[in-house]
Amino acid sequence: MSFQLICFYAFAAITVGAALAVISVRSPVHAALCLVLTFFSTACTWLLADAEFLAIALVLVYVGAVMVLFLFVVMMLDLDLDPLREGFVRALPVGIVVAVVMLVEMLGLIGVRSMQLPAPPEPAAAAGMSNTSWLANALFSQFLLPFEVAALILTVAIVAAIPLTLRRRTGTRTQNPGRQVMVQARDRVRIVKMAAEKPAPAADKTGETTP
Amino acid sequence: MNRVTSYLKSLMLLELLAGLGLTFKYLWRPKYTVRYPMEHIPKSNRFRGLHALRRYPNGEERCIACKLCEAVCPALAITIDSAPREDGTRRTTRYDIDLFKCIFCGFCEESCPVDSIVETSIHEYHFEKRGENVVTKPQLLAIGDRFEKEIAAARAQDAAFR
Amino acid sequence: MDSIIAAFHWFVSTFPTLSMALGLLLLPLVPLIIGVAMYVWWERKVIGWMHVRMGPNKVGPFGLAQTFADVFKLLLKEVVYPANSNKTLFLLAPLWALIPSFAAWAVIPIGPNVAWSNANAGLLFLLAMTSMGVYGIILAGWASNSRYAMLGAMRSAAQVVSYEIAMGFSLVSVLILAGSLNLSDIVQAQAGGKGLFDWFWLPLLPMFVIYFVSGVAETNRAPFDVAEGESEIVAGFHVEYSGAPFAVFFLTEYANMILVSFLAPILFLGGWLSPIQGWVHADVAWYVDWIWKGGWPWLFLKVFFFATAYVWFRASFPRYRYDQIMRLGWKVFIPITIVWVFVAGCMKYFGWVTAGA
Repeated sequence: MSFQLICFYAFAAITVGAALAVISVRSPVHAALCLVLTFFSTACTWLLADAEFLAIALVLVYVGAVMVLFLFVVMMLDLDLDPLREGFVRALPVGIVVAVVMLVEMLGLIGVRSMQLPAPPEPAAAAGMSNTSWLANALFSQFLLPFEVAALILTVAIVAAIPLTLRRRTGTRTQNPGRQVMVQARDRVRIVKMAAEKPAPAADKTGETTP
Repeated sequence: MNRVTSYLKSLMLLELLAGLGLTFKYLWRPKYTVRYPMEHIPKSNRFRGLHALRRYPNGEERCIACKLCEAVCPALAITIDSAPREDGTRRTTRYDIDLFKCIFCGFCEESCPVDSIVETSIHEYHFEKRGENVVTKPQLLAIGDRFEKEIAAARAQDAAFR
Repeated sequence: MDSIIAAFHWFVSTFPTLSMALGLLLLPLVPLIIGVAMYVWWERKVIGWMHVRMGPNKVGPFGLAQTFADVFKLLLKEVVYPANSNKTLFLLAPLWALIPSFAAWAVIPIGPNVAWSNANAGLLFLLAMTSMGVYGIILAGWASNSRYAMLGAMRSAAQVVSYEIAMGFSLVSVLILAGSLNLSDIVQAQAGGKGLFDWFWLPLLPMFVIYFVSGVAETNRAPFDVAEGESEIVAGFHVEYSGAPFAVFFLTEYANMILVSFLAPILFLGGWLSPIQGWVHADVAWYVDWIWKGGWPWLFLKVFFFATAYVWFRASFPRYRYDQIMRLGWKVFIPITIVWVFVAGCMKYFGWVTAGA
């Protein structure tokens, strides 16, 4: 058993354990952290398979950004766990059915692939370049149109998500930092040059002095 | 147009660079720090520090137990008991100053008709046990004996303004 | 003493692979930790000078041992656990912050192909590692069971995630010009006969500024240190930490600062390349040749400049208000970076900037 194989089994075991923990631990924060661990150990197994770009992108996107926001939301919400628990038991049979179907599908896919003998050589290694640059070449030349379409769909999704959450609330008082930053000193203060002392008033004609 | 120019100007970071320049200029300034235990800032001859009781040059203590200082003390820090001495003069048998109560206002010094109680320029002292904060007559006299030269010099410097 | 040496020999000869791994681990970490200690001293000194005072000057020569004294004080102090805090996560948080910030050092090159791991996807790895550091802050805020800590964690999470986008775009422009994700290759792509005018700071000047400012924001340093914000939320996410866990947070913060100070020269200022490369051709002696041939002293000089700039910013600028930070990130930096990524693509496509020489 090579070192790489030991590593693979270790990472795979951690992945499965963490994934089980995600659906079994009580606290939603712990569940989210277990999900982070799942993603991370999955990325490690992908690294072992020389898919460095996918692995690092998984860590970068899911661990670094998506899960941070997840955790953020979970921490902010004061979740009431008991109704969720009730739903868990009720939905269990359906869940098991879905899981079994997915397992069968995946096993079938792997089985079909393994029947194609011999396994095709790794395209990146065949082309003599690193996984990342091979992926980039494939995406930006061979699959340019699908890539651009996917990018467009994602952009549309982002734009659509913003109007969904954007609502004008009345009665709130907010500052506009943009306008605040733009303020110049001359918009606020006007420096006036004037003599420090007034000239003494001319003596009154009647000869009276001002008190 | 004005907003566009001010936006472009803000991208030049001119104000931030000016701020950085200012701090960089100050980096080279001579420092204000006084390395305290080794260096001291100059002290006025009117500095009001630890108290002392003075003596006349012939060795007789100045204090006549008039209790003016006790009366004037706003913090009630001074306690005086008095009795006639063998030679019939009026002297203190007890002269205590509670340094925890004392606010170092200098009224005792001002009120003293014979320049006996004075405040010296000593400000570095400490107590290690409860009760040491009350300085007694022998201690005050000892301080006065030890620093008589400085006390007299400070008084002489200030004499013209009294 | 002899018995220690004998034990060492026994350990090395019995577990050769393990001692090799330990040695490889300690080799970069020990200088890093000592560097952090020196950096803390330098920060306090420079800020002191800029405030027209002296800074630490009592412990050791020029106060150099001050940080070590502080560290030992912190390590010997009691760790106080807040009531009803999640103890496991409370202790896990500083480690979770520390490990990515140390792991990121694996791909930092200090010379041509001199790095722990000369990985092809080095830049991606760095991005992944720096984005993981925010977990430590979030967890610290949550596990402390304190409002102030929670507020600090929320602020920091939103800030780091926002500025990562601008930072990512500025890195994208670098790798468009360099045509590689390998940090060593990126530096080599900046080599050329025009010395410092071949470096990427010139075509990517806005990105260079944005990268460093985002780096300052990413490490939660002044003027972007609202996660600590001692005037509003006491000390932010580490308000409940004391003793050794606090020291770990401190170490993480400064290690990250040094990391960003390393990356800025590597990506934009030609790493170990000499600014007068190609202007002088001479062979004098090995100890002066690096001045025009380039070498690790140049890298460390540049790093020193950026590390000092961190301190300089802190001494110069007042803290940003939170909504202004968000405006700067989303409405100023991200549009500029998107535009400049396009400009960088044009530069590459039309051959205005060539990588390497």
